[in-house]
Amino acid sequence: MKGNFIDNLPKVYGIYTGGFLAFIIIMSIAEQMGMTAKTIGICFVAFTVAIYAIIGYLSRTAQADAYYVAGRQVPTVFNGMATAADWMSGASFVAMAGGIYFKGYGYMALLVGWTGGYVLVASLLAPYLRKFGCYTVPDFIGTRYGGNLSRFMAVVVLTVASFTYVTAQINATGTIASVALDIPFQYAVYVGLVSILLCSMLGGMRGVTWTQVAQYIVLIIAYLLPVFWISNKMGAGFFPHFMLADEVSRIAELEAQFGFVKNSAENLKEVPKGLAGITKAHSAVNATPWAFISLALAMMMGTASLPHVMMRYFTTPSVKAARKSVGWSLFFIFLLYSSAPMLATLSKLSLIDPALPTGIIGKSITEVQAIDWYQNWNQANLMFVSDFNGNGTLELNEFFMGGKAVVLATPEIAGLPYVISGLVAAGGMAAAMSTADGLILAIANAISHDVYYKIIDPKAETAKRLVVARVLLVVIGFAGATIAALEIQGILGSVIWAFDFAMSGLFFPLVLGVWWKRANKEGAIAGMFLGLVSGAAYLVWVRTGGSGFLGITQLTFGIFGSAVSLVAMVVVSLMTSAPNAATQKMVDEVRIPSGKSILGKQH
Amino acid sequence: MSKQEQHWEKSRGLLFMTLAIWFVFSIGIFLFGAEMNEVTGPFGYPLTYWFTCQGSLGAFVILIFWFANRQEKIDEEFGFSERGDD
Repeated sequence: MKGNFIDNLPKVYGIYTGGFLAFIIIMSIAEQMGMTAKTIGICFVAFTVAIYAIIGYLSRTAQADAYYVAGRQVPTVFNGMATAADWMSGASFVAMAGGIYFKGYGYMALLVGWTGGYVLVASLLAPYLRKFGCYTVPDFIGTRYGGNLSRFMAVVVLTVASFTYVTAQINATGTIASVALDIPFQYAVYVGLVSILLCSMLGGMRGVTWTQVAQYIVLIIAYLLPVFWISNKMGAGFFPHFMLADEVSRIAELEAQFGFVKNSAENLKEVPKGLAGITKAHSAVNATPWAFISLALAMMMGTASLPHVMMRYFTTPSVKAARKSVGWSLFFIFLLYSSAPMLATLSKLSLIDPALPTGIIGKSITEVQAIDWYQNWNQANLMFVSDFNGNGTLELNEFFMGGKAVVLATPEIAGLPYVISGLVAAGGMAAAMSTADGLILAIANAISHDVYYKIIDPKAETAKRLVVARVLLVVIGFAGATIAALEIQGILGSVIWAFDFAMSGLFFPLVLGVWWKRANKEGAIAGMFLGLVSGAAYLVWVRTGGSGFLGITQLTFGIFGSAVSLVAMVVVSLMTSAPNAATQKMVDEVRIPSGKSILGKQH
Repeated sequence: MSKQEQHWEKSRGLLFMTLAIWFVFSIGIFLFGAEMNEVTGPFGYPLTYWFTCQGSLGAFVILIFWFANRQEKIDEEFGFSERGDD
C-alpha cells in the first residue's frame, strides 16, 4: 500500500470490516455443515482477540509521544470510533438493554446521562486540555495549579475512579471468556487480562487506539445485526428504531392485562440470586423527576471527569479536531445506545406476548420447562420459572431472568442461528476489552508519567520511562484481575460508582482550571481532597444503613461529593493568594485555540 | 478591549447558549416527564419515553457539531483558527 498509515486508514479498516463480515458468513456456512455451537463460540472469540493482538503488536513503539498520545495524529472520525469503544463497556453492551428491560424509565436516566455528558466534554474541557498539550489528566492539574501535591492528588482521584471501573470490565471479559471458551471464571479472568494486555503493552496509546477502532467495528456489528434481524423476523418493522411504537403500546396493554403481582418474600427465596422479574412498566414514567435528573446529572458530570475518555482527545492533531471528534464519538455511541431500548422492547414482547409463538406467559409451566432455550439459560443461571400460585400456568410474576440474558439470550429465543450468539459474545468481549485497556492505560500512564517521571525522577530517559509504564500496566492489570476474580460487586453498580468518584474529585478542579482564572493550587487541592473524601464517606454511610439526604443515593453520591468540592475550592481559593502572573498568562494561552501548546511535544 | 478578550467573551457566550440547550434536553424536559408522557411523540412513541430512547441523545449529537462549527467561526473571526485539516 502506498502512502503512510494514517492516509490509508479508511482502506485498512474497510478491508478489516469486509474480512470480519466474510468471517461471519464462513461461520454461518460452517454452522449449516454441522459445526457445534461451542466451536463457533470459541472461533469467534479467538479470531477477534488474535486480530487485536496483531494490531497491538504492529503498533509497538519506543517513543514517548506515540506511547502516551498516539503521536497526536489520530483523525477525528477514527478517534470518535476509538472513544466510542473506549466508552462503551461490558456494562453498556451486555447489561444496558437488561436494565431498561427490568427498570424502564428510571434506568433510562443512564442513557441520557452517558450521552449528555459529552456536551460538557466538548464545550467545557476537551479542546482546552488538547491545547494544553498534556499527556495525562493529572499532567494538566499539576501544570495549571503547580506543585507536586496537586498532581499527586489528581493521580489519587484518577486511580480510585478508574480502578473501581476496571475491575468491573475485567470481570465482564472473564464472564464472556468463561461462557465462550467453557472454562471456569477464575481462570477466564486471566485469559481476559492477557488479551487486554496484548493490545496495550507494546504500543501504549497508539496500540490501544488502533485496536479500539477494530473493537468498535466488531461491537457495533454484533449489537445492531441481531436487533435488525429480530425486528424483521418478528414482523415488527424493518427499521426498528422508527417502527416499534405498536410494540411499545402492546407491552403496555399486556402489562395492564396481567398486572404487576407482588411476590411474597417466601416465594422470592426460591429465585436464584441475580435474577429478577418484570415489576416495572416498560414505557411509563416510573421515577420522580429528581430521581431521574440526579442520576442523569451524576453520570454527565462523571463523564466529563473520567480520565480514560478525556485522554482520547489528547490524540487528535488539533484543537479544532478535538471538538469535532467529541461529536463523532457521541454519534458512534448513539448508534448503540438508541438501539438498546429497541432490543429491550423486542425481547420483552417476544417473551410475554401470548399471541407470539415465542411467548411463554400463559403457557403451562411444564411446557415452558421443556423448551430447549429455557433449559440452556436455566442451566447458565440466567432464567427461572416457578409455579407460585399452583395453577400450572406461567404468570408474569413467575418468570425470572438475569439482566445479561436480554442481550445474550434474545437471539436464541427469537430463533436466530447460533452464529449470531457467537457474534454477540465477540462483541461483548470487544466492548469490555476496549474499556479495560483504556482504563488500565490511564492509570499506568498517570503513575508512570506524573508520579515516576514528574515527581520521583525527572531526569529519567525515555526508554526507562516506557519500561516503567509497561511494568505498571501489567501490575495494575493483575491487581484488577485479582480483585475481579473475587466477584465483590456487580458490573453495573461498580461502573456507576466510578463515575461518582471521578466527579467528586475531578470535575470542578478541571472545569475551574480553564474557566476561572482565580482558582489556585490551595483551592484545587482542597477541592480534590474534600470532594473525594466526602463522596466516599457518603457512600460508606449510605451503605452501612445511613438514611442519606436530599434523595441522594449510593448511585448518586457524586452529587454530594462534587458540591463539597466546589464549595471547598472556591472558599479556599478566595482565602489564599491569587495565582501568579505566569499561571494567569498560561490560562489565557489555553483559551486561544491556535499557536503552540503549553507543554512541549516531548515533556 | 483586546482582541483576545473579545474572543473569550464570544466563546463564553457560545458556552452559555450551548449549556442552556443542553439543560433543556438533559434536565428540563424530565421535570415534566409524567405529564409529557401522555402526549404521543415522534413515530408514535410516548413523548418522554421517546426522548429517553432517541430524542435527547440525538439532540446532544447535533448540539456538539453545532457548537464545534460556531466555535470555529468565532476562532476564524479573530484569526485564532488553526491551519491544517482535521
